[in-house]
Amino acid sequence: MIDLTPTVMAPALPRAARRSLFSRLLRNPVGLATMLFLTLLVLSAIFAPLLAPHDPNSSSIQDVLGGPADGHPLGFDSSGRDVFSRLIFAGRFSLAGAALALLIALVIGVTGGLIAGYYGKWFDSVSSWLTGLLMALPGIVVLLAARSVLGPSMWLSMMIFGVLLSPAFFRLVYASVTAVRNELYVDAARVAGLGDTRIIGKHILTVVRAPVIIQSAMVLGIAIAIQAGLDFLGLGDQSIPTWGTMLNDGFRQIYKEPLLILWPSVVIALTCVALTLLANTMRDLLERSGKAKARRRPPLRPADVNKTAAVFHAEDLSSSGRTGEVLLDVRDLAIGYDQPDGTVKTVVHDVSLTVRRGEVHGLIGESGSGKTQTAWSILRLLPDGGRVTGGAIFFEGKDLALASEKEMTKIRGKKIAYIPQEPMSNLDSAFTIGSQLVEPMRVCLGISKKEATQRALKLLARVGIPNPERTFAAYPHEVSGGMAQRVLIAGAVSCDPDLLIADEPTTALDVTVQAEVLDLLRELQSELNMGVVLVTHNFGVVADLCDRVSVMRDGRVIETGPVRAIFTQAKHPYTQSLLAAILEDGEARGDLDEGNSGRAAAAALATPSISDTIGAQS
Amino acid sequence: MFRFILRRLLSGIVLLLLISTIAFSLLYIGGGDIARRILGQMATPETVAQKSEQLGLNRPLYEQYFDWLSGAVRGDLGSSWFTGQLVTEGITSRLAVTLSIVIGAIILIAVVAVALGVWAAIRGGWADKVVQAVSILGFAIPGFLIALGLVTLFALNLKWFKPTGYTAFADSPTGWAASVTLPIIALAIGGIAGVAQQVRGSVVDALRQDYVRTLRSRGLSFNRVVFKHVLRNAGGPALAVLAVQFVGLLGGAVIVEQIFAIPGLGQVSVQATTQGDIPMVMGLVVATAAIVVIVNLLIDLLQGWLNPKVRLS
Repeated sequence: MIDLTPTVMAPALPRAARRSLFSRLLRNPVGLATMLFLTLLVLSAIFAPLLAPHDPNSSSIQDVLGGPADGHPLGFDSSGRDVFSRLIFAGRFSLAGAALALLIALVIGVTGGLIAGYYGKWFDSVSSWLTGLLMALPGIVVLLAARSVLGPSMWLSMMIFGVLLSPAFFRLVYASVTAVRNELYVDAARVAGLGDTRIIGKHILTVVRAPVIIQSAMVLGIAIAIQAGLDFLGLGDQSIPTWGTMLNDGFRQIYKEPLLILWPSVVIALTCVALTLLANTMRDLLERSGKAKARRRPPLRPADVNKTAAVFHAEDLSSSGRTGEVLLDVRDLAIGYDQPDGTVKTVVHDVSLTVRRGEVHGLIGESGSGKTQTAWSILRLLPDGGRVTGGAIFFEGKDLALASEKEMTKIRGKKIAYIPQEPMSNLDSAFTIGSQLVEPMRVCLGISKKEATQRALKLLARVGIPNPERTFAAYPHEVSGGMAQRVLIAGAVSCDPDLLIADEPTTALDVTVQAEVLDLLRELQSELNMGVVLVTHNFGVVADLCDRVSVMRDGRVIETGPVRAIFTQAKHPYTQSLLAAILEDGEARGDLDEGNSGRAAAAALATPSISDTIGAQS
Repeated sequence: MFRFILRRLLSGIVLLLLISTIAFSLLYIGGGDIARRILGQMATPETVAQKSEQLGLNRPLYEQYFDWLSGAVRGDLGSSWFTGQLVTEGITSRLAVTLSIVIGAIILIAVVAVALGVWAAIRGGWADKVVQAVSILGFAIPGFLIALGLVTLFALNLKWFKPTGYTAFADSPTGWAASVTLPIIALAIGGIAGVAQQVRGSVVDALRQDYVRTLRSRGLSFNRVVFKHVLRNAGGPALAVLAVQFVGLLGGAVIVEQIFAIPGLGQVSVQATTQGDIPMVMGLVVATAAIVVIVNLLIDLLQGWLNPKVRLS
């Protein structure tokens, strides 16, 4: 799965994109409102002497705690100073203090991150220790300690706080730089003869710019809050008005004049909320542009194959003797995904397939052909937003497309089981292998823990695990991929299912292990007489295991029939091209004619894989 | 597992040593100026020198530090320059008060944030939007403003609680509960916001994992998979955030204690800071760092228990 981490985008954000981010910010209602508020705040701080009607520090005894009066819209504080004027001037000092902290944090964090990320590995451990050091103490405790030595200077406190905040930038820049450092285009720049400083300036700074701007907004908010906190505690410089000192004064007078504390509180809260909202909005906008980019990756191609073009081959009577009643009957299945804009994008169209008891039905096609989606829909375990939008999935006479989640829970495991593609990610790393086998058996079969344990050990032995007890007690990361896949197979058959959905069960394994796992699957299938839907992109696997095969492309079945018919008389040009791709060497054909079923072709085809021609996994 | 614990313990001790060295040098580097500051500008050079000698400030810095350190390992952090009280005594007598509100806040955060985060992640849609919006507000508004708001609303206007003061648990459990309720809520709100976001994110991530589909394919219900497997896997990142929150709470407690007039470490810190009581400040710094190291160790152990893979790294 491709994980785009949008805030740290690998390719450099072009200049145009940044400009559009700013203009998009202005077009976003929240972005516009916060930008407007912050701009006004900064302007009022800059032009405080022009805006404030009075001197913020001139006090008059007769006005102490006086209410709003002419020219004094917010009244007077405990020293008889004009609250409105103080509020405006306080903005000046509070914002300047926070800006100083931000500046220090930026200078230390960004330079340190650039140097560490670009040049040194040793820096890694040193910096993680330094970060640990700075994280081990609450900022306010450090500031209190500093205050006890340095005295009540807001500027000094804010410089120290800037140092404390620098890891926020350091880690961000460091992570971005190490990600970019080894990118090809940076290598190319170096080969082209660009100096390190040019490379840092041109390629790396463009990458970190957006995240740093976002982080800056957050850091400003934090600095404003802590500065107000210090002054509120009465530890700040009482001679300059700040929002914190006003809070302190208001808190002392909270019984006499509760409104005094309201004004600075409102301003601080609004400023911090505006900064956080601004950062969030910017991040959202960037993520959205990241997603837009992702969506431009090759989507499922719109169906260019006509529904009626599907080729149906007649039943192969010679092999029908070994198959029982119809287990699964999928008719005209359609699967769609809800899109953010409210539409539904259909990824699988009109798929029909049947599986009889004891029959293996191969589902073959390239990546994105819809075969895995079809498999998941039978289990009704489609990813978020995906659902069956048309057709029916009849299993034992019941339409699973309409079944409730509760009914499906009863069917899963016991009636229909599933073997996934990637062994490691399909085991929960927090639980032992044994507990992941025992838990479902206890739920599905209603047996005791002891019985389930016995059964699990037997199953592990059955799927060819040399030391079942040890594997039972092991955690998933302690076993190999091949072992893990055997464990998953054991889990799938643990409740005697009638139908097995195997989604490329060997793709993620080594070639030698693949053959063993296929053998195991074949044995278990005939032992338990299961019907199997086998999703694969490998015609060798089809020839080895399947009785019947459906070729999928662009979300549709284009050709379906008994394996032998497909191998010998493929009608659809796409199927023919697939077969041609694996049979280039051309000697295998003879064997097929002698064998009764497709399985005989296995030996001849050795391990042919069409993955090279039609893309690896889906 | 044993080596895992040992390694974490050792790095914790090294961290404490580093912090104490740095803090000591920065606090005591003033040397003679410290005595001058205590005695005021009017003191004669002789009395300043006398004071310096009395407090041992005229000796080389490394000698003072080793004295302090050898005392510290024996549990002696010196005594206050102003009250003569033993620093360890000053701290331990207040520690329980601060820890009781901080731990109360952590528990409240864990419970509420997990509930909100899981709800937002699973319900999606409007529930998700509400939790996100509340989280942003809770994160953005400084904790002490929330505390002030709570005092004004619930203590001054509604009179449900006493606005200030602290009742010891030993004196009256119900009185204690009433006196810490508002401080704990005030401390917790910011943390709830941060942790709920993290829980939401990690539950969403964990739900996308392949093993969720596989476990459900074996017949386990969605809820069972969520509450047993998804939560345990999402717990790791959430715990990491909780550890960071704890450090923040210790800091927040300083201000919240001041607002509610609670006699905890915060009060001692503010007092020692304004007086310039260096031994007390030094003791507080080291005690805070020690608490953080211990809590981080506990969180690491919990991480190792939650996900055995962590023990390898």
